[in-house]
Amino acid sequence: MSVVVVKNLHRTFRVSKQQDGFWPMVRGLVQRDYKNIHAVRDISFNVEKGEMVGFLGPNGAGKTTSLKLLSGLLTPTSGHATVLGYVPWKRENAYRRRFSLLMGQKNQLWWDLPALESFRLHKEIYRIETTRYQKRLDELTELLQVRPQLSQAVRELSLGQRMRMELIAALLHDPEVLFLDEPTIGLDVISQNNVQQFLKYYQQHQQITVLLTSHYMKDVEALCKRVIIIDDGLIKHDGLLTDVLGQLSTQKIVSLKFSHAVSTQSLSRYGEVLEQTPLTVKLRLNKSEIPSLLSEILSDFPLEDVSVQERPIEEMFAELFARPALQEASA
Amino acid sequence: MIVSMRVYFEIFRISISERLTYRADFLFSTFVRFLPLVTQIFLWSAVYQVGTSHQTASLNNYSYPDMVAYYLLTMVARAFSSMPGLASGIASDVRDGSIKKFMTQPVDLIGFLLWYRIAHKLVYYIFAFLPYAIVFYLCRQYFTQEITWLMGLSFFLSLIMAFLIGFLIECLLGLASFWFLEISSLIFIYMMLNYFLSGHMIPLDWLPDRLEWAISFLPFKYTAYTPCAILLGKYDSAGIARELLIELGWVIGLTIACRLIYTRGARRYTAFGG
Repeated sequence: MSVVVVKNLHRTFRVSKQQDGFWPMVRGLVQRDYKNIHAVRDISFNVEKGEMVGFLGPNGAGKTTSLKLLSGLLTPTSGHATVLGYVPWKRENAYRRRFSLLMGQKNQLWWDLPALESFRLHKEIYRIETTRYQKRLDELTELLQVRPQLSQAVRELSLGQRMRMELIAALLHDPEVLFLDEPTIGLDVISQNNVQQFLKYYQQHQQITVLLTSHYMKDVEALCKRVIIIDDGLIKHDGLLTDVLGQLSTQKIVSLKFSHAVSTQSLSRYGEVLEQTPLTVKLRLNKSEIPSLLSEILSDFPLEDVSVQERPIEEMFAELFARPALQEASA
Repeated sequence: MIVSMRVYFEIFRISISERLTYRADFLFSTFVRFLPLVTQIFLWSAVYQVGTSHQTASLNNYSYPDMVAYYLLTMVARAFSSMPGLASGIASDVRDGSIKKFMTQPVDLIGFLLWYRIAHKLVYYIFAFLPYAIVFYLCRQYFTQEITWLMGLSFFLSLIMAFLIGFLIECLLGLASFWFLEISSLIFIYMMLNYFLSGHMIPLDWLPDRLEWAISFLPFKYTAYTPCAILLGKYDSAGIARELLIELGWVIGLTIACRLIYTRGARRYTAFGG
């Protein structure tokens, strides 16, 4: 049975239109205009136990709204969803004890106190038995390497250390489902990597179900086999990340190194020149044409070295979301 | 029940630790609260023209010592019923989204806030006990009324309920932010009205009968006037019992209102924009 079942979920927000200018603003005092924003429209998907699914999409696409609906923060306008058999927006404590929502931009720890104090409160809130709590705390602090900082006030921790403490707070009660909203936001590359490694290890060992949204494609690439691409409130693709990349990757980056300086101007006829120095050039070429173009280049230029790379994943997705009409991909 | 109490005890314990983090600021703010006392005593001595040839013996059945005693007791009552930062704290939690944790974790917002506040008040009483004791000792000549056990106990009970009424009214104001988001003017209006309607400014029995009668239908008088009036002997035994029962009624009514508003507000919550 699926852990997360979402069927035709729809959420509309009614927001007042802010008027520009003095008179429209005065008119707005007595008569307000409202508009409806469809944050998610009719989305449906299932997530199986132990899956780690990434939600991808530009800002305002509906990723966070989806997580908020599934964690019970929001009530849908229409549609249905269950997580672990519970309807999230009924906000039953039995459900709340079995999942965790971690938002990278929100702090759930007590700012002026050591994180350990917040953990003790979580122990009581989630009714974690003392020996189990101690064991979990030891495991998690060991894995995330934050034992020395446990008794330091949260406000004195670095952003990376704080995020790791937030992760401990979210996982202490052994949730079966974890909703992660931008867990690495604002972190430096090393901290991002640490969090990714931890999540990967933890998810594999505990077999928990994870739904993750992130702006960093690296997070999704490192952690999720399956992605749900959401744009303008609609699911545009639901499937393996490799499939999406396959569909998007119609071009590759070819780096050429020459034995002596050549006129690289003439190379632009093969494809877009991205970078060039007297001895090297980087070209973007259509994937299907690479073999024939390379043999042409080889015969015309004193080639010393060639390498072919995929385009950065961020670039591919940026292009995808920039397209006005994204083709509906079959899931 | 026992499990919930353990949660609340933990909230209580951690709130005390948090409160003690900024001890210097806390001590300073406690000290500053005693300053208006001096100005009030000077003000009333001027009103009664104390020490002059025109000294007024009594104003609306309050002698000068009665008035100072009344003012000192309202200070005690306000120490129980005032809730600095409670409504604005809820509003800022709703606005910045921190309220989310109460909707996704198995913990009750109102229970949490109550125990958090109890902890803060307790720390305040511990720090403020000595200055209060000194002030009351220095002003002992103003307390001319004999205090019976019944009056003392009733005063204490009414203070506990004053705390709950103050807490619940501010909670309700804070919960209004589920609808309005910005409630600072609402809080300002409440503070202004409460200063007058609670009897903090002048005793309520100084007001015209019809106004006093109208105010008796509001909960505010229980946050300052009633506890003081009980200890100053303004009520007989039956009057004390009646006032305490009405006060209890307000506590129950406001608790129900708080629960209803919170349930509705949480359902309405849009968590819009991240």
